[in-house]
Amino acid sequence: MFEYAPAPESVRPDIKEHYGLFIGGEFVDAEDGAVFKSVNPSTEEALFTVAEAGEADVAKAVAAARRAHETVWGPMSGAERGKYLFRIARLLQEKAREFAVAESMDNGKPIKETRDFDVPTAAQHFFYHAGWADKLSYAGLGADPKPLGVVGQVIPWNFPLLMLAWKIAPALACGNTVVLKPAETTPLTALMFAELCQEAGLPAGVVNILPGAGATGSALVDSAVDKVAFTGSTAVGRAIAKAVAGSKKKVTLELGGKAANIVFDDAPIDQAVEGVVNGIFFNQGHVCCAGSRLLVQESVADEVLERLKARVETLRVGDPLDKNTDIGAINSAEQLSRIRALTETGEGEGADVWQPACDLPERGFWFRPTVFTGVQQSMRIAQEEIFGPVLSVLTFRTPDEAIAKANNTPYGLSAGVWTEKGSKILWAAERLRAGVVWANTFNQFDAASPFGGLKESGYGREGGRQGLEAYLDV
Amino acid sequence: MGSILSGAEAASLVRALPGVDAVGLEARAAGLATRSVKTTSKARAIDLAISMIDLTTLEGADTPGKVRSLAAKAVRPDGDAPSTAAVCVYPSMVATAKEALRGTGVKVASVATGFPAGQVPLDVRLADTEAAVRAGADEIDMVINRGAFLAGDLERVFHEIKAVKAASGDARLKVILETGELATYDAVRQASWLAMHAGADFIKTSTGKVGVNATLPVTLLMMQAVRDFRAATGVQVGVKPAGGIRNTKDAIKYLVAVNETLGDDWLSNEWFRFGASSLLNDLLMQRQKLKTGRYSGPDYVTVD
Repeated sequence: MFEYAPAPESVRPDIKEHYGLFIGGEFVDAEDGAVFKSVNPSTEEALFTVAEAGEADVAKAVAAARRAHETVWGPMSGAERGKYLFRIARLLQEKAREFAVAESMDNGKPIKETRDFDVPTAAQHFFYHAGWADKLSYAGLGADPKPLGVVGQVIPWNFPLLMLAWKIAPALACGNTVVLKPAETTPLTALMFAELCQEAGLPAGVVNILPGAGATGSALVDSAVDKVAFTGSTAVGRAIAKAVAGSKKKVTLELGGKAANIVFDDAPIDQAVEGVVNGIFFNQGHVCCAGSRLLVQESVADEVLERLKARVETLRVGDPLDKNTDIGAINSAEQLSRIRALTETGEGEGADVWQPACDLPERGFWFRPTVFTGVQQSMRIAQEEIFGPVLSVLTFRTPDEAIAKANNTPYGLSAGVWTEKGSKILWAAERLRAGVVWANTFNQFDAASPFGGLKESGYGREGGRQGLEAYLDV
Repeated sequence: MGSILSGAEAASLVRALPGVDAVGLEARAAGLATRSVKTTSKARAIDLAISMIDLTTLEGADTPGKVRSLAAKAVRPDGDAPSTAAVCVYPSMVATAKEALRGTGVKVASVATGFPAGQVPLDVRLADTEAAVRAGADEIDMVINRGAFLAGDLERVFHEIKAVKAASGDARLKVILETGELATYDAVRQASWLAMHAGADFIKTSTGKVGVNATLPVTLLMMQAVRDFRAATGVQVGVKPAGGIRNTKDAIKYLVAVNETLGDDWLSNEWFRFGASSLLNDLLMQRQKLKTGRYSGPDYVTVD
């Protein structure tokens, strides 16, 4: 009766046909001439071509970053560095709509999220760290702490611009220069950010962007950098930790997760359902801290599930550039097949699968929001990170059982607690082994709040005063 | 409909309702408000919103002339625009409104029960209601006893609503919670359930006479309450936000909330109303804009 007509975002960013590597303030092609295509996952059409960095390019970029660190950025006062960061933050705000649309096209995530979350939060990260640049002596990390030097950074495809901001903003604020490798499926906003650095007049070599795949990343890790910062899968994180072991390189890792969202029987049910939906279906579930396990108290499980399904029925899956889209495209064919394979194991192991009736576009990579009920702790869908819009629902009887099940995972990135009782929130938060515990909310981020994991979810913190430690020689 | 519950049962059920997380509720309302309703769906939404309006005048200065003017506008707002759902007046104006609206299908709603404060003895409130019904009101908009509610006397509030329901006879009963005076979301949820158990046909946010009137989060919460009440009892109850909804953009946000919280079953003026006066002209101007492609102005819609 009340159908929403298509509401496509009208702004179109200026996407070039070809991008080079950004080294020493210039766009250059790869030494060996290698290029690859970036595809729009909602249409499967190629968006642009981009140079792929090899070992020689990595060496060049690291040398440029070293030069910039020794001659310009290192000697520069914190107040001056802060000015550049403020300028970058303001430019990001000015170009917010172009960045949001570009991110949606390259990544597949809905414009609603890039517009209201990714880009504003990225800008906030630069504003926040710009403020730290001349106040590092007051960060509680010693008087006049020094930068590490050149930092190699490898980021994932789920929040391309935001992860770039999480990495670059604190590194620059602390006086380091960076060589950053965006994910091979989502280099666009990193390259647009490189153009923005040129526009901001950032000294050449302070920021270098090297698109490429795994080989580029491992060349960067093995290069003459002083520190490696990585966000991505636990398997790759483990390989990086091995590669830098025995060297003087510092490393911080933000890896996978299998977060539990615990709903107690005294929770505000409607808001809890909303938080569960946001926890797992935000960004198609491509979130390392996604609430992929719902632990619901058995006495309210039926009611919660009924409401959850009714709510999921209203999610709108489709064109990422439509302003009413809630769930966009899966980022790549590879990720889609990974999600499919894991959900098939769920069905095979006896969990009940449920999906809303919704039409999916014919082209592109799509996966319906999926809820598994009757999930047992021993099933793969309760243990392994799916990194897609797939929720596993488990039940518990007592608060102790909830904590035991929530902690029964190799990961420890995030957790959620839903109850109207403040004392129960504190009780649970003390016992949950997770870097972040959200109470009566989920997936909330702020530049001032440190983020990071325990156990196989990695080490080091990003954001806040604590996040500065990762980029200072302390 | 009515209720099979005793006052004590209703009060204890209502006190046992789960809490409302204010941050989460407001975030959900803000999320719904970001829906972008354009072109054909906007045109349909505008006509739907017009058909849901209780065109209201509740002033000490109301005269038969003013009420007749409003009634004419309600029946034929502008060209081929649909009629509004009802005209909402004080009891003294019901007869005039009834006469002006005879045979048009537009209902006469009357506020009653010592509107807006309700701070008069119950027998006066009931007499007020009976008079409005006798004069021809199709719908009664009552106010709850906020004083009793805030003092914790839920049973009394329950019995008073039941009594007004009985006095309303065949007229549909809209129960005004005056959410601006209840202040907390928990209280709004409790009052909603209490009113529904007592036999409300509609729950309504506000009188329009206090500082805080309808807001999207409060109305969303009341929508969740009627949804849950139907699931629990099988009885469908309508929702009426009133006061403060002045433009098309806001009205469409409420319709989006109805659509995504309650669905088709509530998307008609049988189950959803806007208590408003200035909203109608903004809807009409937006309607003209969609038809002609040009913005009109206040002189292209009538002042009533």
